[in-house]
Amino acid sequence: MSAVFFYYFAAVAIISGVLTVAFRSPVHCGLALVTLLLHIAGFFILLNAEFIAAVQVIVYAGAILVLYLFVIMLLNLKTEERVFHKRYAVIGLVALAIVGQVAILVLRSPYAGAPGEATQALVLSVGHTRALGITIFRDYLLPFELIGLYLLAAIIGAIVLVKTPAMQERRAQAGADPAPEPPRNGSGEPEPVGTGVGDGLGGRGH
Amino acid sequence: MTGSGGADTDVITLTHYLVVSTVLFAIGLIGVLIRRNFIIVLMSIEIMLNAANLNLVAFSHYLDSLTGQIVALFVIAIAAGEAAVGLAIIVVIFRGKLATNVDQINLLKW
Repeated sequence: MSAVFFYYFAAVAIISGVLTVAFRSPVHCGLALVTLLLHIAGFFILLNAEFIAAVQVIVYAGAILVLYLFVIMLLNLKTEERVFHKRYAVIGLVALAIVGQVAILVLRSPYAGAPGEATQALVLSVGHTRALGITIFRDYLLPFELIGLYLLAAIIGAIVLVKTPAMQERRAQAGADPAPEPPRNGSGEPEPVGTGVGDGLGGRGH
Repeated sequence: MTGSGGADTDVITLTHYLVVSTVLFAIGLIGVLIRRNFIIVLMSIEIMLNAANLNLVAFSHYLDSLTGQIVALFVIAIAAGEAAVGLAIIVVIFRGKLATNVDQINLLKW
């Protein structure tokens, strides 16, 4: 039974991966990528990693893909005529390497290593999320905190990058010489509505 | 996509997952190499990260260790940060040049 699910997930994941690369419109690519991510979550459930599957659905399919679609619709991209580079030599080389890799994988004897202590029965008896939480907060606490720092840096970096030039300009002007600020404010505002609200906005902008 | 070379196709081994992961990684790599749209290039990177995640969780399952799943969680967090910063860079470039084609973003070429 699980073999049927495995082949279904594998087929749909690979097909939607190809479609992600091959579709012309970026929105269609994003939707194919959502399909791929959900089927990868199905793989995780087959591998008894329910918490990872939930994180995959919530964070990847829920948050990251929404971010992608936001940006695609914000930029209002047109579908281009030529979407591909003509790099057939490079593609052929990559494809050859991958075929070799798959052949090595298939022909090699089954992979084995030193088994860990978290056997299937133990994880199931404790509960997967609980076992994962105990491990991450006992053995991997420092990497966990570093990931938090990394996410904070990414947030600040993204905000600083997309700050509008107008806002920076206004702040630079306000910092350089606050003296010529009031006349520009008075003349630039539309008169009928700029009596009370405009002053409030101008005061907050400095 | 039979994998493992065994006669019984009903048992899914680690090799099956490794083959699927390799194929997905190849798709992502080819996407990075041949697409001209910056956003699709980022999406292809997400495909490659997912292939790596599938590998990590599969090894974690078959080797009875939770370490691989924890690293997979970290990879998901790093992918989130990478998507945020990458998309911010795209927005900035699009605002300045009105281009998302990676061939036109060649200011640092020389």
